Amino acid sequence: MALLPNTAVLLGKELRTEFRSRELLTTTVVFILTIVVLFSFTFDPSVSESRRFGPGLLWLAFLFAASLMLQPGFLREQNNDTLSALRLSVSDPFAIFLAKLIANAIFLLVTEMLLLPIFAVLYNVHIVAVFPQLVLVFFLGSVGVAIPGTAFSAISAQARMRELMLPVLLLPLLTPVLIASTEATAALLAEKPELRLDWLGFLAGFDVVFLTALWLFGEYLLEE
Amino acid sequence: MTPPSFSPTGIRFENIDKRYGGLYALRRVSLEIAAGECVVFAGRNGSGKTTLLRIGARLARPSAGSVSFVNSRAEKVETLLPAGFVAHATMVYDELTAEENLLLFARLQGIAEPAERAAKLLREVGLEERRKSLVRTFSRGMRQRVAIARALLNEPAMILLDEPSTGLDPQGVSWLAETARGLRDSGRTILMSLHGESEISNLATRAIQLDGGSVVADTRTGADFRSILAFANA
Repeated sequence: MALLPNTAVLLGKELRTEFRSRELLTTTVVFILTIVVLFSFTFDPSVSESRRFGPGLLWLAFLFAASLMLQPGFLREQNNDTLSALRLSVSDPFAIFLAKLIANAIFLLVTEMLLLPIFAVLYNVHIVAVFPQLVLVFFLGSVGVAIPGTAFSAISAQARMRELMLPVLLLPLLTPVLIASTEATAALLAEKPELRLDWLGFLAGFDVVFLTALWLFGEYLLEE
Repeated sequence: MTPPSFSPTGIRFENIDKRYGGLYALRRVSLEIAAGECVVFAGRNGSGKTTLLRIGARLARPSAGSVSFVNSRAEKVETLLPAGFVAHATMVYDELTAEENLLLFARLQGIAEPAERAAKLLREVGLEERRKSLVRTFSRGMRQRVAIARALLNEPAMILLDEPSTGLDPQGVSWLAETARGLRDSGRTILMSLHGESEISNLATRAIQLDGGSVVADTRTGADFRSILAFANA
């Protein structure tokens, strides 16, 4: 069973190339920071307004940042046709997807963790007491964004209008993830914080369904 | 002389069609290439050379027909080892060093002792001293050396070269020709697509001309071979 060893090797490559170039992390952190700071100064929200609108704003920023982050995933493999070399080398093409989606989820989660304290300060919300629960919500939400995002990144990389294709395909599909993540985050930032298991269950279900679909059909997305 | 570590393997294309939408890239191509042959595919741009090689490498699936591998007695064999594939695109990562690239692909292919294999190949392609340098700092010729080393990691019985000399300077072409000669003489099957006659195409023992996705000439070397290359570039 070469899937897991191959995934580990490819994940190492993804992390090494990103931390060497810092291309994706820099872009997304700057993008989200700009949105969060801009909205904070424009609306100057009260605590209750921050609790109501903050989670939605935060996840909207994460979603747009993710669409920026996901685009280059497979596009970079086309520069030197390295995708062909990978396809010739791995016994199970799902390893290519698995490594990329884990890397995307890690990058997204790192971005979120960097931005969360800044969001808390600017919007005057308390996150310390619910930090582990927030991490859980962010983890499930990020994986939910990364799985279909990685799949559509593979499709759009081969398309003619690739910059347009990814957001057009991805954003409508991610609306349920956005709603569930926003609701779960809002419940944790409320006056009486609560971990909403119904929304967490929804996110976990979404992740499992799309991961299974990718495992079953991913190979066809890489074919010429 | 040490015996080859691979089983000589040929390839059989049977009634291959490849369509992209309504456009035929290949149309009813049937070829049998015996183990150990060195074949050059010639033809204009869009004649189907690259598509045929990518189908041979199992990177593309034919729309119709089948591809099979044959041993030296022309019997069908199942081969799990991919062919070595070298194209104009280097198929290596610019953001990794030469050594990291080879280690990456060696580990993915499950090669035993990947570090030793990578070091040996880097020595053979003359990049031992630059093994820790990022590929993006390399010249075109050096990148192509890394590409050749990557293609040889699993000691393939068959090498597919898709216009590998594009962009190389005369020294690079000479080095590539010498390397291809070594591969041919070691008994490997070589399929290559080239534009025009060169040091590399002169290694071929058979020339096949494609036009509009079909085979229009198939000959052994000699005067016919040269006329195929000349015609292909007319």
